[in-house]
Amino acid sequence: MFRTILCPAFAALAAAALACVAASAIAASDKADPKTNAGINPVADATAFRKFFTDKFPKVKLEEFVNGPYSMDEDLHKQWEEKEQFAPYEFALETGKDMFSTPFRNGKTYADCFPNGGIGIRQNYPYFDEKEGKVVTLELALNRCREANSEAPYSYVKDEMASLTAYMAFTSRSKPMDIRIPNDPRALEAYENGKRYFYTRRGQLNFSCATCHVQSPGEHIRAEILAPALGILNAMPIYRSEWSGMGTTSRRFITCNSQTRAVPLEPQSDEYRDVEYFLSYVANGLPISGPGARP
Amino acid sequence: MASTIRVRATATGDTTEVQALIQHPMDTGLVKDAQGQIIPAHFIQQLTFEHNGKTVFLANWGTAVSKDPYVKFSFKGANKGDDLRISWVDNKGATDNTTAKIQ
Amino acid sequence: MNLDRTSATRRLVLKGAGSVALIGAGVYLGFETGFGILPALAAANGKYPEEAFKQKSDADAIKALYGKTAEASDKVKLDAPEIAENGAVVPIAVATTLPDVTSISFFVSENPNALAASYVIPAGTVPAIANRLKMAKTCNVIAIVESSGKLFSATKEVKVTVGGCGG
Repeated sequence: MFRTILCPAFAALAAAALACVAASAIAASDKADPKTNAGINPVADATAFRKFFTDKFPKVKLEEFVNGPYSMDEDLHKQWEEKEQFAPYEFALETGKDMFSTPFRNGKTYADCFPNGGIGIRQNYPYFDEKEGKVVTLELALNRCREANSEAPYSYVKDEMASLTAYMAFTSRSKPMDIRIPNDPRALEAYENGKRYFYTRRGQLNFSCATCHVQSPGEHIRAEILAPALGILNAMPIYRSEWSGMGTTSRRFITCNSQTRAVPLEPQSDEYRDVEYFLSYVANGLPISGPGARP
Repeated sequence: MASTIRVRATATGDTTEVQALIQHPMDTGLVKDAQGQIIPAHFIQQLTFEHNGKTVFLANWGTAVSKDPYVKFSFKGANKGDDLRISWVDNKGATDNTTAKIQ
Repeated sequence: MNLDRTSATRRLVLKGAGSVALIGAGVYLGFETGFGILPALAAANGKYPEEAFKQKSDADAIKALYGKTAEASDKVKLDAPEIAENGAVVPIAVATTLPDVTSISFFVSENPNALAASYVIPAGTVPAIANRLKMAKTCNVIAIVESSGKLFSATKEVKVTVGGCGG
């Protein structure tokens, strides 16, 4: 049933047939299929992904999709506007700024680990590290920076990590998402792996990410309104009313898996990094809006 | 900044709009922690705004005010560059205060 | 005579409120509040209305706070969402064109204690407030405005839902 709804929307893609097959096959195998590399076309994917949402919601301006459920409902949007006047992530943002500029015990700072001193670069994450052969997220890069400077790593899901990434996102506000996929079969495979994860059903409820965020944005899941997948990570990290606090992309992936009764993975596991890569890439051009507030 | 109080005060003509966001748990005393113990009520009871020694706004709050409470109001008679003093006291007797310049 | 008392109260509030320190039940500012006028003035003085916050129903809380009842008025504009995004943080605002406003209060009828917040509006302060309140469940939000010693109200039902992605 979902195949017939999703597949025509991506009919233009050379990889469409493969994506549909992967989605319905509930890929137990996560090994790269040498045949698929030839059919991977992120540029076409991104165009089709964008078109799907702009066609479905002609009244929503492209840059507004990054506001998630608020782009889907008037009443919610109004509450969000009110809260944005003096947003709940304000304190985390401030803490993040202080943390970012506080040197490590060895005298170095986060600025030493990042291009442009870490300012205004969030839109370039995640990126594919060709030396390592894997996707590297901003959170991963931050903890590696800490460890390289003999500091203990932070939890990936909230608190310090959320504060730091809140500040870094803030310095990139309104910059367009700018994810690169180098012409490297491993990068293409990571991208495709992320896309496959996104479209694969899992867990007791047999939902894929797409079931809610491509199939049903703007509709209700019980009492909440679903966000569109387009630009869904642009507001990260987020202050969720539900959490009464901040959370990172990792936190949301984990809690979403749990809530749909699927097995959550470890933060920054390969699949999570790859799906973040995929989702960020197809949002290229849409503005960074983080840190964000969500229900 | 150690203060829990964040203020934005903007004067447009004779009217100054004030927004305040305060870091405070505003615990209701009705919620249990992970161990099943009640988290005691801990909330701001009074929040006062003063200009030129005169109270321009006084908030009496109960536990139904949201965590990290927010309030917005406007008052007349202040100018850009004037000081606005904000102070609060909670049910445990703790206090905090700050002075902000009206922009 | 009531007017004298009110303006004397106001002067004391303006002088004294900044230095009020509350421990436990609260501290009186040391002005006369006898003659059964205390409940009516509870809202417009600097004392923390402890009793009013303890009341369960909005009717009892309004009585404890003001000592009178309110009439509905379309001059009180209450702004609240149809469906709260999250019951823990519901943005609610009120504005009014009524004159001589001395107090504005918010009640959430089905909360364990209906009185959520009560604001003292000194002369020179615009009678419009925005705040964020907790709502335990779908029910009425009631805004009360005290204008020239009389109470006016506006009521709006706000739906509060639980469950969704957020569990």
